[in-house]
Amino acid sequence: MSKRITYLKNHPLAAVVKCLVWLAAIITAVVLVFLIGFIAVKGIPNLTPSLFALKYNSENASLMPALINTLIMTALSLVIAVPIGIFAAIFLVEYAKKGSKLVGLVRITAETLSGIPSIVFGLFGLLFFTTALGWGFSLLSGSFTLVIMILPLIMRTTEEALLAVPDAYREASFGVGAGKLRTIFRVVLPSAIPGILSGIVLGTGRIVGETAALLYTAGTVAKVPSSLLGSGRTLAVHMYVLSSEGLYMDQAYATAVVLVIVVLLLNGLSSLLAGRLMKGQK
Amino acid sequence: MTQKISERVMRIIFLIAACMSILAVALICVFLFANGIPTMLKIGLPDFLLGTIWKPSNNIYGILPFILGSIFVTAGSILIGVPIATLTATFLAFYCPKRIYSPLKSMINLLAGIPSVVYGFFGMVWIVPTMKALTGKSGSTMLTACILLGIMILPTVIGVMEPAILAVPDAYYEGSLALGATHERSVFCVVIPAAKSGVIAGIVLGIGRSIGETMAVIMVAGNQTWMPQGLLKGVRTMTANIVIEMGYASGLHRQALIATGVVLFVFILIINLSVSLLRRRAAS
Repeated sequence: MSKRITYLKNHPLAAVVKCLVWLAAIITAVVLVFLIGFIAVKGIPNLTPSLFALKYNSENASLMPALINTLIMTALSLVIAVPIGIFAAIFLVEYAKKGSKLVGLVRITAETLSGIPSIVFGLFGLLFFTTALGWGFSLLSGSFTLVIMILPLIMRTTEEALLAVPDAYREASFGVGAGKLRTIFRVVLPSAIPGILSGIVLGTGRIVGETAALLYTAGTVAKVPSSLLGSGRTLAVHMYVLSSEGLYMDQAYATAVVLVIVVLLLNGLSSLLAGRLMKGQK
Repeated sequence: MTQKISERVMRIIFLIAACMSILAVALICVFLFANGIPTMLKIGLPDFLLGTIWKPSNNIYGILPFILGSIFVTAGSILIGVPIATLTATFLAFYCPKRIYSPLKSMINLLAGIPSVVYGFFGMVWIVPTMKALTGKSGSTMLTACILLGIMILPTVIGVMEPAILAVPDAYYEGSLALGATHERSVFCVVIPAAKSGVIAGIVLGIGRSIGETMAVIMVAGNQTWMPQGLLKGVRTMTANIVIEMGYASGLHRQALIATGVVLFVFILIINLSVSLLRRRAAS
C-alpha cells in the first residue's frame, strides 16, 4: 500500500488523472441510480388502482388504454418487422456474395436508417402513411412507422447471430443431404435464436419508449380505438401529453414508473438471452 | 423438383426483404425532399435558412434561430457528455475492478434503454427546478437542455469508444510501460491516441443523437422562437419546432415545418456519412 502512495506522490499528475477517471465512472453510475430512484420514490405511491381503470376520463387519467395500445402497436410492428428483418439478414449472410454491390447498398441504407432520429421518421410517417396512403392518424400508420425504425436493429442483431453460427453446422447439414433452405430453417436459425430474440427484445424497448415518431402518425387519442385505423396513444405518448398538460403530474410520475419497469424487464430479458448465446458459443 | 422451386421462391423472398431498407430510405428521401424543397424555394432559400424571425401568423418563416439553437444545444451537450463518456470508457477498459465491470456495464445499457420522454420528464421535474433555485431565473434554458442531453448521449458514446480503446493492441501499452511511462501516461498518451478514429466516431455519433433528440429537449428548453440569447435563456431547436407547431399548422406553415425537417435530415445525413467514413478508417 505504501508503495502505491509513493508512486502517486512521485507522479501527481497521474494521481489527478486517476481520480478523474474514477469520478467520471461514478458520475455515470450515480446519474442512473438517482434518476431511477427519484422516479420510483415519487411515482410508486401514485400507482393507484384507478390508474388502471379500463376507461380514461378526466378524473382518473387512466393509463390502461395507453398500455393496451402499446401492446397492440408492439405486436403489430414486430409481426411485420421481425420476418422482414430476419429474411433480410438471411439473405445477407447465407445467399449474398461477399462484396456485391447490392449488399453494400443494403448495408449503407440500413446504417442510414439506424442513424435517422425518430422525429424524421414521424414526419415521413405523417407524409406517407397518414396522408399519401390515407390511413389517417391510426395505430396502423404508427406501427408501420415503427417498423421502418426498428428494421435495421433486427437486421443487424440477426446478422450477427447468424454469423456466429459455426460453418461446420452448415457443412454437416449439407453433408447429410439437406438442401439450403432446410439447412437454414432447421439448423442455422435454431442455433441463432437467442441472439435474434435479444434483438427483438431491444426493438420492443424502442417501440415502447417511442414518442416523437408517434405523435403525428398514431395520434394522441386516449382510448383504445375500435379498429387499427383508429387513433390511439401509447404509454410514452400518454406520458408526454400528461406532463405537457401539467394537470396530472402524479399520474405522469406513475406512468414513468410503469415505463421504467417495462424497460428494466426488457433489458434484463435481453441480457439473459445474450448471456445464453455466449454460453452456447463456448 | 418441388424442392427446387421452393428454394428459388424463398431466395427471391429473402432478396425482397433485404431490399426493404433500400426502399425505405428511398421513400423517406423522396417524400421529404419532394415536400420540403418546393417550400424552401417558395419562401426563398436565403429567407428560410438565414431569416432570423419566425412568425407563421405573418407568413414570415426564418429558421435560423432553430438551426443555431440545435447547433448550440448539441455543442453544449458534447462539451458536457464527451469528457465524462471518454473517461468512463477508459475506466471500463483499464481501471475497472472485475467485480464492478458487469454491473456498471448493465447500468450503462439501462441508461441507453430509458425512453427519452422519461429523461425529459426527469429534466422537467428535477433539473429545471434545481436550475431555477440556483440561478433565480427560469430553469427552462439552453444550459438545462445541454446538461440533460449530455447525460442522454453517455451510453451511445461509451458504447462506441470502449471497444475502440480495447481494440488497441496490448503491445502499445506494454511498450509504453517498458519505456518507463506511468500507467496513466501510457493509457492517455499512447492507447487513446491510437484509438483516435473510434473515439471520434463515438463523438460524431453523440452529435447525431443530440441534434435529433426531440422530446427531452422540448420538455426542458423553454422553446422561445427568438434567436438564441445565452446559456441561461430559453431556446428552440429544429426538432422542437416541428413537434410543437405541427399539431395546429396548415398550409404554408405546415410545409415550412416539413422543410425544417428536411434541413434536419440533411444535417443527419452529413453526420451519418462521417460516422461511416470514420468507422471504415477505424476498421482498416
